[in-house]
Amino acid sequence: MTHDQPSAMSIDSDDNAPPDPSPAASAVGSTKQRPDLQAAFTDDVLESVLRFVTHRRDRNAVSLVSQAWYKVEARTRSEVFIGNCYAIEPERVAERFDRVRTLVLKGKPRFADFDLVPHNWGAHFSPWVRAIAQRGFQWLERVSLKRMSVTDEDIGVLARVFPGFKELSLVCCDGFSTKGLAVLAGGCRQLRGLELIEDDVVDDGVDWLACFPETTTSLVSLCFDCVECAVNFDALESLVARSRSLKKLTLNRHVSVGQLQRLMLRAPQLTHLGTGSFSPDPNAPDQEVDLVSAFNACKFLHCLSGFREILAEYLPAISPVCANLTSLNLSLADITAAELEAIVFQCHKLQLLWVLDSVRDRGLQAVASTCKDLRDLRVFPVDPREDSEGGVTEVGLVAISEGCRKLQSILYFCQQMTNAAVVTMSRNCSELTVFRLCIMGRHRPDHVTGEPMDEGFGAIVRYCKKLTRLAVSGLLTDRAFMNIGMYGKTVQTLSVAFAGDSDMALKYVLEGCPNLQKLEIRDSPFGDAGLLSGVHHYCNMRFLWMSSCRLTMSGCQEVARSLPHLVVEVIREREEQGDDDSVEKLYLYRSVSGPRNDAPPFVSIM
Amino acid sequence: MHRRSRNPEPHLFISLVTSHQRKEKHSTQILKLSAPGNSEKSSGNSNSGSDSVERSPGNEKCGLNFMETELTLGLPGGGRNNLELELAGKSQPVKREAEIAGNSAGKCFPAKRGFSETVDLNLSFSGKEEAEKKDSGPGNTRVAKVQIVGWPPVRSSFKKNNNSINNNNEIASYVKVAVDGAPYLRKVDLQTYSTYQQLLTALPNLFACFTICQSEYSSESKLVDISSGTEYVPTYEDKDGDWMLVGDVPWQMFVESCKRLRLMKSSEAMGLAPRTPQKCTNNG
Repeated sequence: MTHDQPSAMSIDSDDNAPPDPSPAASAVGSTKQRPDLQAAFTDDVLESVLRFVTHRRDRNAVSLVSQAWYKVEARTRSEVFIGNCYAIEPERVAERFDRVRTLVLKGKPRFADFDLVPHNWGAHFSPWVRAIAQRGFQWLERVSLKRMSVTDEDIGVLARVFPGFKELSLVCCDGFSTKGLAVLAGGCRQLRGLELIEDDVVDDGVDWLACFPETTTSLVSLCFDCVECAVNFDALESLVARSRSLKKLTLNRHVSVGQLQRLMLRAPQLTHLGTGSFSPDPNAPDQEVDLVSAFNACKFLHCLSGFREILAEYLPAISPVCANLTSLNLSLADITAAELEAIVFQCHKLQLLWVLDSVRDRGLQAVASTCKDLRDLRVFPVDPREDSEGGVTEVGLVAISEGCRKLQSILYFCQQMTNAAVVTMSRNCSELTVFRLCIMGRHRPDHVTGEPMDEGFGAIVRYCKKLTRLAVSGLLTDRAFMNIGMYGKTVQTLSVAFAGDSDMALKYVLEGCPNLQKLEIRDSPFGDAGLLSGVHHYCNMRFLWMSSCRLTMSGCQEVARSLPHLVVEVIREREEQGDDDSVEKLYLYRSVSGPRNDAPPFVSIM
Repeated sequence: MHRRSRNPEPHLFISLVTSHQRKEKHSTQILKLSAPGNSEKSSGNSNSGSDSVERSPGNEKCGLNFMETELTLGLPGGGRNNLELELAGKSQPVKREAEIAGNSAGKCFPAKRGFSETVDLNLSFSGKEEAEKKDSGPGNTRVAKVQIVGWPPVRSSFKKNNNSINNNNEIASYVKVAVDGAPYLRKVDLQTYSTYQQLLTALPNLFACFTICQSEYSSESKLVDISSGTEYVPTYEDKDGDWMLVGDVPWQMFVESCKRLRLMKSSEAMGLAPRTPQKCTNNG
């Protein structure tokens, strides 16, 4: 079975499993005996055929057939996906794929979201934008970045250098400000999409919304709910009014409910709406706002989010769109069960629901009774601390499992859980691909039996045959990991925190899970022996992260010695460690370009 | 510095009082459980003061069962909250038997008192709150430092959005303040106040239509809408979803249990708390 090869261009690495021979490859073999057929396979023909080969895994396979095929494939690939920006040098990508239309890059490891990766660790977009600007890349239309550091200058290059540039999507990025947004808005005449999701945007005081061209724009998607700066509402309203193609609009928390209403009436064609603060303007608190007719006007809305500072009395106003709603993100709305019920009872088509645990088990029961088509549920904690109250329990989990049989993805924060409830979910929700349970108190056992949570997670890996992503929590012994190794054959991403007893746990997983791509571990008692047990597999993975475990420098060095195509980074933040052999943070990943040249002083590459 | 030593009222730790300690008002040998949000305090204070954590003999290993069988002064069913019991560094969830609340008379009430018992307390903002004000000194600033970095795994932008950590990296207690009949709300950080008096004084600043009037009949202060003359009474929703009259419990306990505030019209609040004084022992 071929592994997902997200970043390494397979042509050079001999560590990857050989791809399945594609039907086209066998055809080439046979034309060697039939020279009359060879002429038929001109590059043009091949190009036409390859247009139908879209997935990058298949494209990688095609490129291995021959030099000619490699070249044709490179010319016809429309999207390049680099899952780890350090797996390959930008220049090599730029040289090979000069006609690409979409560039997707991912940078920092996910634990950077939780402040575990020091600031300035890396993942800079600048070398990439320089490389593609130098090569021309006239055809570049879309750039999509996740967890990268992007500067205003980088954005400026995108706006100026690429005549066809249309869409920029930045997820969990930082390093830029409203100045960069202004340059993009003003410089990129054909901008269709600007999507800023969970970024850290510096407020430079620039009125970037006013920088869009005065004429009708081509904007289809404008998402700026994470931008904390105040907005010039007049500029925004005017922009929305002259963007007739606008379908996705997510507003930040400075947009009041009265302003929202005005914008909605300007854009009744919207399909996705982020509602901003969803509370009144503090300067005009008594203003009457007819939100219901605004929602009545937006007949195509099926995706709602925002509700940043929600005044719950306004929530029922969304009723007109509830029947068609497929996605509802209330993860910033501190509402009660009753307030949720008032709308969720009408949302029969809901597929995605994100809520806070303020809705309690009762709220989840309401969801379970109504949302039979639910695929993606996330329950976040209102009070995200280890010793907080916790709003939901195993009761809510069981209710969801019984009501929402088509559930594919769940993220559930709670303070108490039982094995029985998790087992029930494993039996009821056979479609699960993502199971992430976060019991917020560390090392917490089943609160009824006092047993570790081994049994529950064991059942999940055993009965959810499509499981690709798993995050575990609570009190877990090595037995839990034995189960994961034994049954978790489809698991690609595993997150472990404060779990396990010994190196055996890590060994079970690394030896038992052939599809493991991403493994992130923190605060678990795994040492060098566990680390070394994965040497046979690390080059098949995107990365391994281990922090606050029991690793030593010698162990990490040995891994680096065994695997030349692996980059082994040791991150050392504390000065006083000196000659201490222990390793605080390890991040290793495969790469065809060797150690990076932009590593900051606190990173040592073995 | 302990509240207990300064304040005549027994402080409001969530605690279990073992039977043989009942005689002592200001306890004593209580097993201090860290209330939600208090873990950083209790872990720091675990050995300071004679009246803080002393483990009752024999409690170390079988603490859970032992405590559950102990008689307590509070009514059972004090809540379904699970608190962390910190015994020898291990965390075990334990059901809270009762909350012990005290007032100036030294009586102990169960946490959920009816409104009838509260009307005489604390709505008259007398000097007894002053003592609590002193307690909010530097030692009581609840800084997030004891929290493990990056755990629970929620993004820092999410935390900022939910306001659980305020700008000074202290644990904030933002609660929404709603006013009956008004379509807007404010948010206040209860941590910025130390007494009910301060909170009540701040409310008219948030809602320009209010002023505080001193009632002629008692020493109670009321919030009055300037234009209509309607009286409002501050109420709050606690963690269990019950609506209580503000002033019911000592300040710090209120801060910890208050989820949202609502200024209710006095006429509606009649159902909550009778205005006629009950047989109360309040001296204030």
